Amino acid sequence: MAPVQKETVAEPIRVMLAKIGLDGHDRGVKVVARTLRDAGMEVIYTGLHRKPDQVIEAAVQEDVDVLGVSLLSGAHMPIFTRLFEVLADLPEPHRFVVVAGGVMPDEDELELKRMGVAGVLGQDTAPETIVEEIRALVHSRAPRS
Amino acid sequence: MTAPASLAERVLGGEQGMIARALTQVERRAPGTDAMLAELHRHAGRAHVIGVTGPPGSGKSTLVTAMAQEYRRAGRSVGIIAVDPSSVFTGGAILGDRIRMSTLSGDPGVFIRSLATRGALGGLARAALDAVTVLDAAGWDVVVLETVGVGQAETDVISGAQSVAVVSVPGLGDSVQAIKAGLLEIADVHVVNKSDRDGAHRTVSELRDMLRLAKRQPGQWNVPVEQTVADRGSGVTALIERFDEHLRWMERNGERERRARRAAGTRIRWAAEELVRDWLRPGTPAFDEAVTQVAEKHDDPATAARRLIGWT
Ligand code: B12
Ligand SMILES: Nc1nc2c(ncn2[C@@H]2O[C@H](COP(=O)(O)OP(=O)(O)OP(=O)(O)O)[C@@H](O)[C@H]2O)c(=O)[nH]1
Ligand SMILES: [Mg+2]
Repeated sequence: MAPVQKETVAEPIRVMLAKIGLDGHDRGVKVVARTLRDAGMEVIYTGLHRKPDQVIEAAVQEDVDVLGVSLLSGAHMPIFTRLFEVLADLPEPHRFVVVAGGVMPDEDELELKRMGVAGVLGQDTAPETIVEEIRALVHSRAPRS
Repeated sequence: MTAPASLAERVLGGEQGMIARALTQVERRAPGTDAMLAELHRHAGRAHVIGVTGPPGSGKSTLVTAMAQEYRRAGRSVGIIAVDPSSVFTGGAILGDRIRMSTLSGDPGVFIRSLATRGALGGLARAALDAVTVLDAAGWDVVVLETVGVGQAETDVISGAQSVAVVSVPGLGDSVQAIKAGLLEIADVHVVNKSDRDGAHRTVSELRDMLRLAKRQPGQWNVPVEQTVADRGSGVTALIERFDEHLRWMERNGERERRARRAAGTRIRWAAEELVRDWLRPGTPAFDEAVTQVAEKHDDPATAARRLIGWT
């Protein structure tokens, strides 16, 4: 007797939320963490003051769908540059999408996207928009094996 | 031309990214999981699997971090599975254990994975123990499983560990009373964490009194009570020694085999239950047919059940 194929239940989206560098603003990232949890996602928050390599190591071990980096310090350009250098050095191409949030001038957005940031969600983004954006980015990504 | 290495082979090769993917497969019970686990199961069994459980906020993650640092100093590699509850309302979760463990990062000898309970019937326990199999097979010397000490599912998970530490803290009113239900029997080591707080000695003597009351057969393991201050790392060297002693004691007394057999039995039962659950559901033609037969009184439930699982 061969069991029928199990009905596929949607798996929760796994998101890592990271704070990198000296940036101590964590109000926004905590709001985002609760918003995503309430939307049924599994959220792993790194805590404050992490280094790019620590964050990538954690994202790989947790095999997340999304890596969201929250930056309000103004240091987003050097930090994302470093982050993508670390990503490029991984033995295996990463499968998660990288999303940025916080305070970033509009003129930097294009450059961030050129680096590989899939979405930039700045100040005053409504919670529903964050949830929708993240769902859309995950579903548009190549399916995972 | 050689075939590309399978996921299981790459896990055995110790590739971190592949271990992470294997853990995702296990959690999702994706197609191919059983075959992968079958291969990994043959290589598992070398790790010392330690369960750490206790009330919320008792300092389990901080303690696991301090333990991992101690094991690393002794040259042993550590894999950690940290389980946190999913919200019953939304299915989402904030997995917070990792925040405490950041001092362990940058060390390839440590691997940390957060797991949500996902509220599934017994599914958590199964995924968590399969996750232990993955880390064990991948070659970690010590695998630590952290769960909150509430509920049957968590107790089931911990029963898959070889050495179980139950963490309590001083000054939680009747703290010992709080951990009595269910957790007392499964402790191989009691840890009174936050021993920098008032009342630690009282909690220790309450635990000792309670252990004295429990009937102990000759040759049985003498459950120790250890005091720690996890965020300062004190008492952790002694704690690690207790785990080692417990492992040696189990090996001397055949207890390691007994526990391995017990765990094997439990896991066979879980796997069988899942197979049956998947088979006995609307959409399976034989099941739908049996439903009609029983509803129309041509058959009775017990007979139909036996026939469906091939027992007649
Ligand atoms: C509150 C605040 C503080 C508080 C922070 C408290 C805390 N624990 O968070 C305190 C007083 C401590 C503080 C200190 C400082 N601050 Co301040 N602070 C602010 C302020 C007024 C509001 C930030 C906030 O909490 N907003 C509310 C939350 C909910 O919004 P949010 O963080 O933007 O998050 C939303 C979105 O951005 C998005 N989001 C955020 N992260 C992520 C991540 C992902 C993945 C996604 C998808 C979305 C997302 O979703 C959220 C919800 O919509 C801003 C000004 C402003 N209007 O932004 C300045 C501001 C950020 N601070 C600033 C500065 C300069 C400082 C200080 C250096 C000041 C000083 N000289 O001491 C220090 C630095 C402290 C440190 N160590 O980092 C500057 C930064 C300038 C820059 N980037 O170039 C700002 C912009 C003020 C300004 N206009 O000059 N600050
Ligand atoms: N005073 C004191 N505080 C401690 C000690 N160990 C941990 N803590 C603190 O206790 C709090 C909870 O610690 P965690 O390690 O997150 O506890 P936990 O049991 O893993 O918590 P959950 O996973 O949420 O159930 C943190 O603020 C720690 O810093 C200790 O020995 N003494
Ligand atoms: Mg914890």
